[in-house]
Amino acid sequence: MSETKKFLYVNRKAPYGTIYALEALEVVLIGAAFEQDVSLAFLDDGVYQITKGQDTKDLGMKNFSPTYKALGDYDVNKIYVEQESLDARGLTLDDLLPLTWEDEDDDWAEKDSIKVISATEMAKIMEQSDVVFSF
Amino acid sequence: MALEVGGKTVETDEEGYLENRDEWNMDIANAIAVAENLEMSDSHWEVVNFLREYYEEYQIAPAVRVLTKAIGKKLGKDKGNSKYLYELFPYGPAKQACKIAGLPKPTGCV
Repeated sequence: MSETKKFLYVNRKAPYGTIYALEALEVVLIGAAFEQDVSLAFLDDGVYQITKGQDTKDLGMKNFSPTYKALGDYDVNKIYVEQESLDARGLTLDDLLPLTWEDEDDDWAEKDSIKVISATEMAKIMEQSDVVFSF
Repeated sequence: MALEVGGKTVETDEEGYLENRDEWNMDIANAIAVAENLEMSDSHWEVVNFLREYYEEYQIAPAVRVLTKAIGKKLGKDKGNSKYLYELFPYGPAKQACKIAGLPKPTGCV
């Protein structure tokens, strides 16, 4: 077993219109099989990826937002959202999907995955990561 | 590729996964199982139905590690292990059961 690295996936783009958001999500799910230390960051328009109530009927694209709720099952439970990006778009934590994970070692207690942090804290998270993927 | 079920033709991809999962029904599931040399028991159905519910909720087919954990939680620890699931689906519980469930190949299955 090779040593565990800290992976950070940075999502900056709106969910639809480009393929970045969906591709990032698939890479995260596939990468989760390799048992690395995985974190996700959402900033700029990327925060829209995890907003509630997405409706893609008129876009002719699959609404893949329910899949973010599976991240907890894949042991991806560190999801950082930048406060400044939310503020600039008039969004709050309540507008985001309730992403949770179940702690097997704590009798399957449901815990929140999302942490809203400042731009300064986000910079630190990026600095502390071994590998940063930007989407 | 295509599958003949009850006089109807159902399109599949080159690996045997349904092209259109809305066409799925129990007869098709049985036909895919026969092609995989599997006889569907209640235990098989339990896993297949679980996968369909999971897909309905999350829009993905779970990777085998996730499936094992989730089955263990829902159906009990004696079923949430790879030995039990591989006995039911010898060619890989996620891949084979997803195929029978009419779902795409699991995300995270390389």
